[in-house]
Amino acid sequence: MLSLLASAPLTLAAESEGYAELSPGGFFAATAWIMLVLPFVAFLAIVLVGKRMKGQGSELAVGAMGVNLVWASVLFVQNMVEGIYREVNLGIGEIGTLAGHRLSFELGFVVDGLSIMMYWVVAFVGFLVFVYAVGYMQGDVRVPWFFASLSLFAGSMLVLVGAPNLIQLIIGWEGVGLASYLLIGHYWEHKENSDAAVKAFLTNKVADVGLVIGTILVGTALGSFRFSDLSEAAAAHSDTLGAVAVAGGLLLFFGAMGKSAQFPLHVWLPDAMAGPTPVSALMHAATMVTAGIYLMARTFPLYHEMATEARPWMVTIAVITLFVLGFLALVADDLKRVLAYSTVSQLGYMMAAVAAGGYTAGLFHLFTHAFFKALLFLGAGSVIHAVHSNNMSDMGGLRRDMPVTFWTFVIGSVSLAGAIPLAGFWSKDEILATLGHEGYTGFMWVAIAGAFVTAFYMTRAVALTFFGTYKGHGHPHESPRVMTGPLVALAVPSVIAGLLNIPGVSWGPIRNFTDWVGARVVPMGDYHPSAIEWDLAAYGLAAAVAGIVLGWLIFSPEAATQRARDRLEVPVLYPLLRRKYYLDDLYMHGVVNPIKGPIARGVDWVNGYVIDAVINGAGFVTAWVGNLVYGRLDQQGIDLVLNAAAGGTRGAGKRLGLVQTGKVQQYAGAFVVGALLLVVVFVIVT
Amino acid sequence: MILTQFLVLGAILFSIGIYGLLSRRNAVTVLLAVELMLAAVNINLVAFEAFWTTAAAHGHIFAIFVITIAAAEVGIGLAIILLVFRNRASSNIDELDLMRW
Repeated sequence: MLSLLASAPLTLAAESEGYAELSPGGFFAATAWIMLVLPFVAFLAIVLVGKRMKGQGSELAVGAMGVNLVWASVLFVQNMVEGIYREVNLGIGEIGTLAGHRLSFELGFVVDGLSIMMYWVVAFVGFLVFVYAVGYMQGDVRVPWFFASLSLFAGSMLVLVGAPNLIQLIIGWEGVGLASYLLIGHYWEHKENSDAAVKAFLTNKVADVGLVIGTILVGTALGSFRFSDLSEAAAAHSDTLGAVAVAGGLLLFFGAMGKSAQFPLHVWLPDAMAGPTPVSALMHAATMVTAGIYLMARTFPLYHEMATEARPWMVTIAVITLFVLGFLALVADDLKRVLAYSTVSQLGYMMAAVAAGGYTAGLFHLFTHAFFKALLFLGAGSVIHAVHSNNMSDMGGLRRDMPVTFWTFVIGSVSLAGAIPLAGFWSKDEILATLGHEGYTGFMWVAIAGAFVTAFYMTRAVALTFFGTYKGHGHPHESPRVMTGPLVALAVPSVIAGLLNIPGVSWGPIRNFTDWVGARVVPMGDYHPSAIEWDLAAYGLAAAVAGIVLGWLIFSPEAATQRARDRLEVPVLYPLLRRKYYLDDLYMHGVVNPIKGPIARGVDWVNGYVIDAVINGAGFVTAWVGNLVYGRLDQQGIDLVLNAAAGGTRGAGKRLGLVQTGKVQQYAGAFVVGALLLVVVFVIVT
Repeated sequence: MILTQFLVLGAILFSIGIYGLLSRRNAVTVLLAVELMLAAVNINLVAFEAFWTTAAAHGHIFAIFVITIAAAEVGIGLAIILLVFRNRASSNIDELDLMRW
């Protein structure tokens, strides 16, 4: 069965936000599915013909992403002006009857404020990263496969954010997980890289169990996997949903913890830096790791209306993530790992905001973070490309050699640190305001302290990388324009994106981010400040400035020596941070080794004595039957007949061949004899 | 003059032709023998035409056909023998056994 279950434009929930009705959108909204399909087409095309193309398939990937960017940009602007809601569901088949509900499997796409924002972030950052990767991956190994995997990722991510139901979301979710695995392990010649890929995959699988069980729990209680049904049921405080709301909500959150690298499932993200840097920028900073935040935002009414008991736990985990894991960025020497821990910490901010009830605040930080963190990663990639090392101990003094990279990196760092009026300031401020308003005052102060840590480690990274003296080999030089172009293009939104969501300010026909991202079927009812809270902004800003100043004092050019780094080696704290709170050791000795040890031995025994016995028995019987058939039937039966036929034909041919002497007169003689015989027969008969 | 005399003559000529065809070793002689056989057939055809005056008998026309075909056949036959002789310096028909199996 394949029926089109398109839903009519819904009247709006967000009436309180200032519009009475959402528009179904025009041509671009109706054909938004093209964005979901195109990267997969590019994936297949690159796999098939990429090797033979001039750019090794990169032109296909960039082209597909360019088209997606056009589509997403049109929708983005349209939505900022009028507000779009369109949902298309295509019934694929019946899953079956569970708990008295007929569950169907549907695919489709949603075009609303949330998904349009994600479409645009994926397409914009994705396009720039693809362009950058053309320069970065030049002459590298397996370039066609790299671009094919990137396209696969982009397609899966768009399927994920465009999903109108939980099932399709899981499909996209696993697709990005697969692409992440493939790309982290891109340089699989080194064991640690493929180990990192396996670690990322397995850590995510642990979390995915929560996602899948949560989906089943919520879906069977509700009788539908659609987000719109879920939101409506939550808004109506349905009793059937209420029974499973807390458990289902926490399970879905557990799934989000894996993808969005929340404590204690964050361990895969720093190791994921083993992949090529464009991968880190696109997937492990801007888009894929925000899938968990996206899931929380998509199912926001469930948490906001029903699973309220779950929220304090979620906020606690998120705040631990944002504060405790931010410290790890202080001790890392690998520039990409510094950024990775920073990403983990910022994801904690987003999760804290969404969990506390700040739908807009969390998404806005997702939005701005995508730009400046992708910018920072691409800048780090540019540096790594120049000095051929990931370690800051091999860098230093690069601001003169790489001016474009330096300035864009500084812009990204300052934006991340949260300095007014850059993008990071506005989004972080909104999160602080949300935490304060929802009654998490203590956590709010922790988040402000986290802002201080953020500013501190980013200052350290900038100082060690770009100031002081160069400590590496060779002469670093600025990257080609195909790489610096995306840096500049990302620096622009890193500076100005915050202006989209200044509380209470809109720019002519362009509405405030808060308004258009909330364009949904069900009102969000989330908190967002109606005016700037200057006292809170001042605290946040003070923390950022203090972090920058202190970082500069410790790591300034004169001090950026080994001695300065030693000064940070506080007896207990430093080893603790270097060992990453011993979490990796805990997992290794507490989970992985026990599984590898007795369980693996047990499985080996079963394999050796049970399965092998069955297989060997089957093999023996097969061999015996085979011998019988071969020896008796084939060799002595069928072959006899065939050999006899062949021998008879050959003997007959040999004897009859003697007749053919080639002597014409013998033929003529035989002919005459034959003719005479015919005459005799004729005479006798007549 | 009776028909039988002509038929006997034709039979004698035909037999001589067969004998030549089977016994001679020179290819040209063999060809001559074939001509002899054709001549024997022609005599038969013309004799039947002359003695049987029914409208259906047109033996003399057949004889002309046979003479024409015999001329063409001798032309081709002699050309083949000539070329074989050029290649092998011999026209001995016993040696021409290339078409053996």
